Amino acid sequence: MLRYTIRRLIQLVGVVLVLSLLLFAWLRVLPGGPVSALLGERATPESREALTKQLGLDQPIFVQYFKFLGRAATGDFGVSTGVQPGDSALEIFLQRFPATLELSFFAILIAILVGVPLGYIAAKRRGSWFDNVSVVGSLIGVAVPVFFLAYVLKGVASSALGLPSSGRQDAIDATRVTGFFTLDGMITGEWDATLNALEHLILPAIALATIPFAVIFRITRAAVLDVLDEDFVRTAESKGLTAPVIRRRHVLRNAMLPVVTTIGLQTGALLSGAVLTEKVFSFSGVGEALAIGFERRDYPVLLLLIIMATIVYVVVNLLVDLSYALIDPRIRTR
Amino acid sequence: MALLEVRDLSVVFQRKGEEPFRAVDGVSFDVEPGQTVGLVGESGCGKSVTSLAIMGLLPKRGVTITGSVSYDGTDLLKLSDKEMRDRRGRDLGMVFQDPLSSLNPVVPIGLQVTEVLERHRGMARKEAMVEAKTLLDKVGIPDPNRRLKEYPHQLSGGMRQRALIAIALACRPKLLIADEPTTALDVTIQAQILTLMKELVHDLGTALVMITHDLGVVAGLCDEVNVLYGGKVVEKAMRHKLFAEPRHPYTHGLLASIPRLDAPRGEKLTPIKGSVADNIPWSQGCAFAPRCPNALDVCTRETPAEEAQLGRLLRCHNPVVPGTPAAEEVSV
Repeated sequence: MLRYTIRRLIQLVGVVLVLSLLLFAWLRVLPGGPVSALLGERATPESREALTKQLGLDQPIFVQYFKFLGRAATGDFGVSTGVQPGDSALEIFLQRFPATLELSFFAILIAILVGVPLGYIAAKRRGSWFDNVSVVGSLIGVAVPVFFLAYVLKGVASSALGLPSSGRQDAIDATRVTGFFTLDGMITGEWDATLNALEHLILPAIALATIPFAVIFRITRAAVLDVLDEDFVRTAESKGLTAPVIRRRHVLRNAMLPVVTTIGLQTGALLSGAVLTEKVFSFSGVGEALAIGFERRDYPVLLLLIIMATIVYVVVNLLVDLSYALIDPRIRTR
Repeated sequence: MALLEVRDLSVVFQRKGEEPFRAVDGVSFDVEPGQTVGLVGESGCGKSVTSLAIMGLLPKRGVTITGSVSYDGTDLLKLSDKEMRDRRGRDLGMVFQDPLSSLNPVVPIGLQVTEVLERHRGMARKEAMVEAKTLLDKVGIPDPNRRLKEYPHQLSGGMRQRALIAIALACRPKLLIADEPTTALDVTIQAQILTLMKELVHDLGTALVMITHDLGVVAGLCDEVNVLYGGKVVEKAMRHKLFAEPRHPYTHGLLASIPRLDAPRGEKLTPIKGSVADNIPWSQGCAFAPRCPNALDVCTRETPAEEAQLGRLLRCHNPVVPGTPAAEEVSV
């Protein structure tokens, strides 16, 4: 298990290196660039040239790349030119990452807490109106674009429910400890700060949760349907076990394997969803920075954020693979 | 009064847009306490459906069950879901065909034994673990303490079936139903499992309903035998009588089709011709008629009635004449 983990982490280094090279090239292929973004269309050629030189963009691309690698090794990922000009890319990441993590965590939590039980009930009552309605509902969940739903929630639900529709927290006096606003309040005992942060989280988390919810629901339903047909469920019934024991121990435990895989894969989708959701709700996380970064061609910030997103994705899926062993003894003892 | 009285049991499957299918058609039989009764027939004759109906394990939707299944005087078919749940595992135990798929792959053997003890005998987990060890010991699983912690894939096929037998007998049910318990096992293991079951039901005084297509199993185990065809009992007799003198052409054919070691070299097997697909509905005559060597005109016109003879029930217009050569009893 340990060797497997180490091998996967070494693979990750390779993935990151290749990705950084590809990204480096792709970003420069995009039309426009930081110079046009900063100076506008009508800048004089002289000032453009000066800025190009200042940013080091006049050098050949491979020279730029190796310089980047050399600096990155010391923890210097360059300075933002567009998102928060003047701040270091790393600073921006560290400052915004907790926000996205918090948002994603609540989104996936909502998706699991709603998707798994609904999927189970739908499978158990296959063909009933409940099943049909939730299957159609989940289809809509996948089909509706995230940004559309985000705007609907922002426009309609926030006023109807009196929930805040932008930012991570109101300008209240809250102590920062970890950068996770909900957690900070719990640590310092400032419960009003936690509550306030949660209120800000609800709508964007719901918007972000729709797609993972729909996918988790469908996978759970399919997995439970499969397991319900298994002989060992009939054995469990023949033992006269109570319904909750059969559900928990015999059905869900076996149905969880594909669901856990899905949850891992959905973290990727979560990040692309976060770009749109955070933009709509002005939720100052990594997603919003990516959106702004693309508009303003902020190479250093884009590069760092996308690489970090990849690392998160790979690590989450590694954790998912490792969790198989916890769920399925057949993998553990192999 | 018999421990189990099955009376006129019928099970009809009805799917949307399809003809209803009568899998079990008026089956009746008794099981006395401690007695072993065989339900014999080929695939699709309704023997497994009969057992699932007795256990209350058939799906609710699309299935109609009529008749009565009386256990110790209570009609199980009239019990509520909850009442039946209280009885399953406690009063009636069941062993299934494929021991690997019948055990939960992600739950240790120990918990799969203790959960039924906790449910019906009110034991705490610890106490149940001690009892589970005794049970595994009793069914002949070596090193039970280790096996309790292991998972089904770590046990051999024979050991898995032993574990399932331990589970089914954990609460000392008065009735055990075994649905082809040896079919998925190696031949050498089959004999071991049958011997074990024979000993256990004898020691515990458990009545056993043995469902099988294998007449060898019947010969080694059963006191009384019900031969099922097309969802109906076509012949019922004590084992010795049935083997010595099969009267229904189907029973006769089953016995004659057993390959024999002492047969001359090169002698062909004598199978029953055709398949279950050739059946005609019982309402139009005898379901077996299209495959029957003794079939008369009347067999495709009139449903044969069940007739009681000396120690035997028979449903046939033209039974086999006693003395027609048949296979000898094979013993396990």
